[in-house]
Amino acid sequence: MATIESDTVAVVWKVLVAEGDAVEDGDTVMILESMKMEIPVEAEESGTVSKVHVEVGASVAEGDPLVTLG
Amino acid sequence: MFRRVLVANRGEIAVRVIRSLRELGIGAVAVHSEVEADALHVRLADEAVCLGPGPVAESYLRIDAVIEAARTTGADAIHPGYGLLAENPGLVAACREAGIVFIGPNESAMASMGSKVAARNLMSTAGVPVVPGSLEAVRDLDHGLVLAEDIGYPIAVKASGAGGGKGFRVATGPESLEAALEGASGEGERFFGDPTVYLERYLDDPRHVEVQVLADTHGNVVHLFERDCSVQRRHQKLVEEAPAPQVSDELRERIGAIAVGAARAVGYTSAGTIEGLLDGDEFYFLEMNTRIQVEHCVTEMITGVDIVAEQIRIAAGEPLSFTQSDLTVNGHAIECRINAENAAKNFLPAPGAIESYVEPTGVGIRVDSGIEKGSQVLPYYDPMLAKLVVWGADREQATAAMSAALADFEITGVKTLLPFHRALLGTRQWAAAETCRDLVEDRSWLRGTADA
Repeated sequence: MATIESDTVAVVWKVLVAEGDAVEDGDTVMILESMKMEIPVEAEESGTVSKVHVEVGASVAEGDPLVTLG
Repeated sequence: MFRRVLVANRGEIAVRVIRSLRELGIGAVAVHSEVEADALHVRLADEAVCLGPGPVAESYLRIDAVIEAARTTGADAIHPGYGLLAENPGLVAACREAGIVFIGPNESAMASMGSKVAARNLMSTAGVPVVPGSLEAVRDLDHGLVLAEDIGYPIAVKASGAGGGKGFRVATGPESLEAALEGASGEGERFFGDPTVYLERYLDDPRHVEVQVLADTHGNVVHLFERDCSVQRRHQKLVEEAPAPQVSDELRERIGAIAVGAARAVGYTSAGTIEGLLDGDEFYFLEMNTRIQVEHCVTEMITGVDIVAEQIRIAAGEPLSFTQSDLTVNGHAIECRINAENAAKNFLPAPGAIESYVEPTGVGIRVDSGIEKGSQVLPYYDPMLAKLVVWGADREQATAAMSAALADFEITGVKTLLPFHRALLGTRQWAAAETCRDLVEDRSWLRGTADA
């Protein structure tokens, strides 16, 4: 189990994966938006998405869980 | 002259405009969102009006609310600053209908420069050099292939409304043209509501040089020399300087004349900037920014002209009080943009609360800031917190003065670009006046700036 966390205060702009999806190391799983910038969130290992913690439009803070790979 | 002016902006530029208004003896009205009721620009103004909730679409971008605020406070003019509504023809039209003066260009000049394709055509017809490329929009892939063959690869594919690094792709050969067309067109549609694209020859690592102009309503147009803004990240400027290090006196005169000609060609009024690319000794028109720019301060430092005050006087119908021959370049100025970003994490935005804030002081140091101790840096807004502007007798002395000022600037609570600038100004690349692109794109160098 590896959970990808937000690095900064942001709003979830796009969610690119759903639970059950297979992702590769380096795949973009989500795009956050903060201060007029898009921030791609990448998987740091390969695996299957076991949980998506946030939905589009949600506010996230530094350290908040975004996606868990199982 | 105006009695009261509403400043339709926030942050450092709202503060800066209010300062000029005070010097001119004009009342200042600030606007703000619900989450910025105690911001610096609000406290400095004579009155303030809340426009709506935090997100810009619900507050600072609401033309109806801005006009209503001007009406209820009795403002006779609106200064839009930069960004937000500054280049929105809707605000200019709404001002006209409400009988309020818009402090900026006339509507037709703004419209002429609003579309990149139209502006390129207009400039080319007026004899202003443009980057070699298509003067027409690309109809489809086949049309694009024919045009590209003519121009020569690599090709830059640009959306007609492109800006801020969006709507721009490079095709290295015919095989990558389709993807580039789709990418630029898609972003053009998404960010600027216009899928139209055109082609230009792609210049590898050109210098970004721009010329400041001022034009009054009496037919006088002058230029205030050039700025170099080549240090950029994803087409966003980080450091600017004036004069441009690689522009000779002869070239300065030539590009100044080009800029004045470009402004005259569209009947421009107010302050504006002719942006261009410098490739060797060739200057090409890129676009005209029909607003005050972030980096106008470096020009103010070397010319002694308050460009915002001139904008206000021009909008009030006054003629320029000086001519081209009155203007000279005095020394050298550098501006560093202090953004709430973490350069070590590839410029990750870093909102948060400002815990301590101490500005540098000294001869030739100017700080234009929208924040203070205790300010909240919110994710809704642009990351630029402040601009550090430093003057020196020449580039070397200005660099030394900037390095000293950066060392004295203290901001804690959020990550800022202060460490990045401290590191950058000490590099061989900066000393040699290179574009520093190799550094700005080098993740390991960026990581190493963390403790500078």
